[in-house]
Amino acid sequence: MIHLSAISRVFHMGDQDVSALTRINLEILPGDYVSIMGPSGSGKSTLLNIMGLLDRPDSGRYELDGKDVTDLSETEQARVRREKIGFVFQSFHLVPRLTAAENIELPLILEGVPPAERRSRIHEALVGFNLADRAGHRPAELSGGQRQRVAIARATILRPTALLADEPTGNLDHRIGAEVMALLEGLHHAGTTLIVVTHDRELGARAHRHIAMRDGEIVEDKT
Amino acid sequence: MNLIKLSFRMLRRDWRAGELRVLALALIIAVGGMTTVGFFADRVQLALSRQGNQLLGADLIIFSDHPLPQHYADEAKRLGLATSTALKFPSMAAKGDNSLLTEIKAITAGYPLRGELRISEDFSKTDAAYIANAIPSPGSVWVDEKLMVRLDLNRGDKLEVGAARLTVSALITQEPDFSIGFINLRPRLLINAADLPATGLVQEGSRISYRLLVAGDSGKVDNFRTWAQSRLTLGERIEGIRDARPEIKAALERAEKFLSMAALASVVLAAAAAALAVRRFTQRHLDGCAVMRCLGASQSSIFRLYLYHFVTLGLIASAIGCLFGFIAQQALAFWLSEMVEAELPWPSVWPAVHGLLTGVVLLLGFSLPPLLNLRSVPALRVLRRDIGMPNTYSMAGYALGLVALSVLFLWKAGNVRLGASVMGGFIAAIVLFGSFGFLLVKALARLRGQTGGAWRYGLANIRRRATSSVVQAVALGLGIMALLALTLIRDDLLQSWRTSLPPDAPNHFLVNIQKDQLEPLESFFAQRHLAHPPVFPMIRGRLTAINDTPISSGDYSDIRARRLVEREFNLSWADHMQSDNQIVKGRWWKSGDRGKAVMSVEEDIAKTIGINLGDTLTYDIAGSTFSAKVTSLRKVNWDSFRVNFFVVTPPGVLDDYPASYITSFYIPPGQMELTNQLIKAFPNLLVIDVATIIAQVQKMIEQVTKAVEFVFLFTLLAGVAVLYAAIISTQDERIYEAAIFRALGAKRRQLARAWAAEFAILGGLAGLFAAAGASALGYVIGEYALNLNYAFDGRLWLTGLVAGVVGVTAAGLMGTRSALSTPPLMTLRKI
Repeated sequence: MIHLSAISRVFHMGDQDVSALTRINLEILPGDYVSIMGPSGSGKSTLLNIMGLLDRPDSGRYELDGKDVTDLSETEQARVRREKIGFVFQSFHLVPRLTAAENIELPLILEGVPPAERRSRIHEALVGFNLADRAGHRPAELSGGQRQRVAIARATILRPTALLADEPTGNLDHRIGAEVMALLEGLHHAGTTLIVVTHDRELGARAHRHIAMRDGEIVEDKT
Repeated sequence: MNLIKLSFRMLRRDWRAGELRVLALALIIAVGGMTTVGFFADRVQLALSRQGNQLLGADLIIFSDHPLPQHYADEAKRLGLATSTALKFPSMAAKGDNSLLTEIKAITAGYPLRGELRISEDFSKTDAAYIANAIPSPGSVWVDEKLMVRLDLNRGDKLEVGAARLTVSALITQEPDFSIGFINLRPRLLINAADLPATGLVQEGSRISYRLLVAGDSGKVDNFRTWAQSRLTLGERIEGIRDARPEIKAALERAEKFLSMAALASVVLAAAAAALAVRRFTQRHLDGCAVMRCLGASQSSIFRLYLYHFVTLGLIASAIGCLFGFIAQQALAFWLSEMVEAELPWPSVWPAVHGLLTGVVLLLGFSLPPLLNLRSVPALRVLRRDIGMPNTYSMAGYALGLVALSVLFLWKAGNVRLGASVMGGFIAAIVLFGSFGFLLVKALARLRGQTGGAWRYGLANIRRRATSSVVQAVALGLGIMALLALTLIRDDLLQSWRTSLPPDAPNHFLVNIQKDQLEPLESFFAQRHLAHPPVFPMIRGRLTAINDTPISSGDYSDIRARRLVEREFNLSWADHMQSDNQIVKGRWWKSGDRGKAVMSVEEDIAKTIGINLGDTLTYDIAGSTFSAKVTSLRKVNWDSFRVNFFVVTPPGVLDDYPASYITSFYIPPGQMELTNQLIKAFPNLLVIDVATIIAQVQKMIEQVTKAVEFVFLFTLLAGVAVLYAAIISTQDERIYEAAIFRALGAKRRQLARAWAAEFAILGGLAGLFAAAGASALGYVIGEYALNLNYAFDGRLWLTGLVAGVVGVTAAGLMGTRSALSTPPLMTLRKI
């Protein structure tokens, strides 16, 4: 599903060039549950950004579902993100002025889904993520766990093939974090490819495949 | 459709969250100010026309030297216009053995259609006058003061007018439709047109001026004018207020120009406020856009989303602004009508339409570039907040706004020259301010090490936000510049008006003075300890040829040119040019040119007739021919009410031609008996009292001044909106800054001082920009557009600097009070 060949990414920090990723080769298969771990500055988030088409590599090729997506235009990248990738962030990134239901609805609007279908899918998601009684609440009125559930519901409402999660439990306490992970793993069981970036060993250990990074390189890849 | 709904939803939410208040407020004030100006200018201009028409006695008059064909009156009636007719001719009026050449006007019901005819039945007291609600009844006659004095008339006396004996029943104290030209110098009387046949004065060869007075709805009057214009035959002409009275024409045009400029200043301020508010909006929506980009929103989706958002906001805010403007102008109209005792006409709907368009165009002009930036926010910003700051500060980003503004400028100025010069001034100022701003900020930053405490922090903040500081200083500078320029030009303009009509402006003309009366007249003034007014020779001549080519009225299509060729000119001679004249082409003669056949011609008349510098003009003066070469063209300030001539020669050229003399002088209100003494001492002289017309023109100018003051208030309000928007634009940063500093132990007072220093520096920069810009703008507009002499004023710089520092610091501290009072914990939790 994801095929990275010799991906490199360099950041220019003042006068210095810092290599965030160095010739990364990686293949992730459909239905995989992968954790990417490593200390700060190891390049794990950069790798996730490139896989999520949020960032472009300086060199190398990226194939997603058999198609080269390395040089897609902005508009094409946006379409691919919308159709194939869902994001879950540590700080949720909900639109503060929209309600829980409206946040979940956002990708459906962008996709041009008709209103009737939108309503039924939102309802389904709210019930599925146990948010039915919080539908009309704004993010500020929700707990951390509820916010992350809204973010996951929003990320999966268009049924993406891959779900990229960047420290999904980083802002949550242990119990709520476990609940969120259970939700994500439920989605994985339903067939979604799940890629989790974390520096939490316990969380990383739950994945079926473990990738360890250091200084922009993959130093370990084991299942 | 989905995006539109989402856009409306976000607009509602943004509004509730207070995100759009500054922008909407700026737009409402701007459009409100604009429409108030628009509505007000509309009404003032209509009122001015009406005032002007009061002098004319109608909205339009058709003059003719033969009885007017009936179709004019029929068409006016068909259009629903009010009409009245008048016949005017000179004839003798006699009481007993005394007779006098008098200007007789025979009128019909309805006269005057505009303005007031005031009469008094008590001949000893003119203050007992009242507005006549009818015309003289058949068999009676109303006389003016001159006739009353010179024929010693009293109410009830019999006056012979031609073959008719009429009873004197009233004294005319004020009459519209009297000219300050030299045609109506004679004493005047009014009779009912029904008495005309009995006088036997209308005969073949009688020199009668037939007039059809027309008044009514301005659109219909225009239609009538267009209709009648094409049907005029030789000897017929149309006059509206704009065709006659050079002094009123000048006042009207100047008022129009000035009100347009006031509106332009509001537009600039609105633009600056909108630019600042949109910038803040953009900054606060970067994250939301990044999230949407992350969720797969295309750039075009984001752009459309916010475009709908802004168009909707623009329409709503502009509509509210229009409503605000309408209410404000109603209040103004009420206030003004109390003061000037004049009813302002109802405004048209166009100012509202213009206001709505202006609001939307202005908002889009200044919001599209930031929106284009907003759509290119990278999705990666959700993870890295340091990236994706759009380049909204760049001056180039405002290019579209400037284009929109330029279009508005040209449109509002209604005059390419005025619009282009003002807009050119603003663009030049922006470029210069921007460049100098950066240099100044750099230079100031170097002072940081030499200052302490609050100033050090203030300078550091200015430098840290260099681009933002320059943008703010430029925007504020533009605002203050508009206000300064407006104040400056306003003062210049008002001063110019005041000096053109000083309190001791001549209020009497004395004409028909014979050469042998010059010395006795001088003694007359000397005996009464009055300064002897300058006396000018006057010779009447008809222009017959230009460069030896005979001319006639048939050579001209322009009605005014035809009239000028048909009538006799007043020629005069002088050694020195009068102070209210200005050479525009050629040169005035030297003292050695005495007796040389050269002449100076007034530029407007030269243009109308087609006279150029170097042409030789030939005049018929009392049967003799006189030729001279045009060596200069002069601009004449007709507002001055001083004696002026279209054609002047050096002394020694016209000496052999029959001349009379003319002078103008001021008689203080309490010494009106001087007029009677003059008439008794010099029976052949005609004394023309222009006090009434001066009073009317002065009243009109006072109205315009008040209008200008009110318009200026709105410009100020728009300036305050700029200031508010500028302060709010850095509010988020300040709240964050305050939280960090206070968490680290800084006191509120310390922060307030530091911010005050920053605002003072910002205000100082803005003040300098404003003074520089206003000086340049004042010069350009004064010199080239309004024909006023503008002198550079050093106090302007001090005013700009002080206004900038004090205004921005005070407003800045008031605006940031909430940032200081927000508990730091609350802010830090949100981060």
